[in-house]
Amino acid sequence: MTDVSNSEASSADSSPAAVRYSPLHSIHEQLGAAFTDFAGWMMPVRYSSDLAEHHAVRTAAGIFDISHMAEIHVRGAEAGAFLDFALAGKLSGIALAQAKYSLLLNEAGGIIDDLVTYRLADDHFLVVANAGNRFAAAAALLERAEGFDVAVTDDSDEYALIAVQGPVSRAILEVTAGLTGFATPLDELKYYRETAAIFNGTDLIIGRTGYTGEDGFELYIHVDAAAPLWAALTVAGEPLGLVPAGLACRDTLRLEAGMPLYGHELNLNTFPVQAGLGRVVALSKEGDFVGRAAIEEGPDAGARVLVGLAAEGRRAGRADYLLFSGDTEVGVITSGALSPTLGHPIAMAYVDPAVSEIGTELHIDVRGSRIAASVVSLPFYKREA
Amino acid sequence: MAEKSELQYTAEHEWVLVDGNVATIGITDFAAGKLGDIVFVDLPKVGSSVAEGKIVGEIESTKSVGELFAPVSGTVVEANDAVSNSPELVNSDPFGEGWLVKIEFSELPSMLSLDEYTALTGE
Repeated sequence: MTDVSNSEASSADSSPAAVRYSPLHSIHEQLGAAFTDFAGWMMPVRYSSDLAEHHAVRTAAGIFDISHMAEIHVRGAEAGAFLDFALAGKLSGIALAQAKYSLLLNEAGGIIDDLVTYRLADDHFLVVANAGNRFAAAAALLERAEGFDVAVTDDSDEYALIAVQGPVSRAILEVTAGLTGFATPLDELKYYRETAAIFNGTDLIIGRTGYTGEDGFELYIHVDAAAPLWAALTVAGEPLGLVPAGLACRDTLRLEAGMPLYGHELNLNTFPVQAGLGRVVALSKEGDFVGRAAIEEGPDAGARVLVGLAAEGRRAGRADYLLFSGDTEVGVITSGALSPTLGHPIAMAYVDPAVSEIGTELHIDVRGSRIAASVVSLPFYKREA
Repeated sequence: MAEKSELQYTAEHEWVLVDGNVATIGITDFAAGKLGDIVFVDLPKVGSSVAEGKIVGEIESTKSVGELFAPVSGTVVEANDAVSNSPELVNSDPFGEGWLVKIEFSELPSMLSLDEYTALTGE
């Protein structure tokens, strides 16, 4: 038995060669986690079972260590104007405590990273980048800061990041011992908003954000307080069904939710519009921003576009598997799995525009055999409001 | 379920239980653990002939795909329908109910002992 295709997402690695460990590593070891290298970090891939962890997040809650993510602070009188120039979205337009998904583009309109930005104060934003793109994102932001009254600091090494995701997440945070001082009570905190809070004397930022398609929270806290916070959340959550959850189920959860993963659906050669992210680029905002000229020109006619695919049976198309219409190659899968929630194979793929209509029938070449698949709308899974 | 010490092993993480001229084959707990939750198993048909070292099936988990190699040459005399219907048996009982195929052979190649296999996986 040989592992021939492992889609455990390893995004483009721009980090140094030394292996990094999360501040929660010893907790994961005690929990019996299996580990995987993710962008140079040894992170928990699963604790018990990918499927059990996936279902727990859909029905109760899971707790994830995503401390490998990068935290970059942007402070200064021109912070908003700077981010409008540096990123594709209009960040100056978001309200205090609001979060926004955005893209860091290069001059050619390609995607350096996708990120979430929180507005912590009028003149203070927190930009959260992917682990594998930490240095590329920080370098691009620093370079673009020239001429703006703004300070950009990569504080990733200061932060641990714990995500609690699933329908009972709020109930867990509300009964977590030591977690107090909410600037906004959790029952009033809307999705894609953040609040300051305190855990046993340590400040933290809690975003009602996530990467699973469920309600949930992401808790940004100093590395020194991460282990006690994980422990307190676990104690509060276990009676409500909380389980530790690894990167394997994080990947199937985000795939079901139709969320792109950098290095799979997004890369330097992909225009936002191809990835269905045209709405993320604020072409209407005033002034220039990096990538604007290329975006206004747009990709070549006939450039492939991202679609969802659904198939029957249990054999899943996976990243890099080719798609055919008749004998013609028309696309390639970027992420795929047997959907734990839906029970059938799903995939995201880039296809020729001519075969991108919902309902188009294609074939996936699954290691030599052809599996029928239909183009379907994204996301595959949407939680009940 | 056979004792692990009674089995022979391959470097491809299969175990082999020899009974007369029939070899029962499965994958080890180490391999099942590495794959994660197994959701699909594709096994060779009964009556098909298989050659040592050739790919005869596939084992898919939510996250990855593994290939099943024939550890011996011979004829498939039984495939475990139970794992085709319930692939999770390979995770829950890899050395027992999660067996995969039985191959009738005439010649047995040299394989690894439990100690040799354990040394290989480092577990």
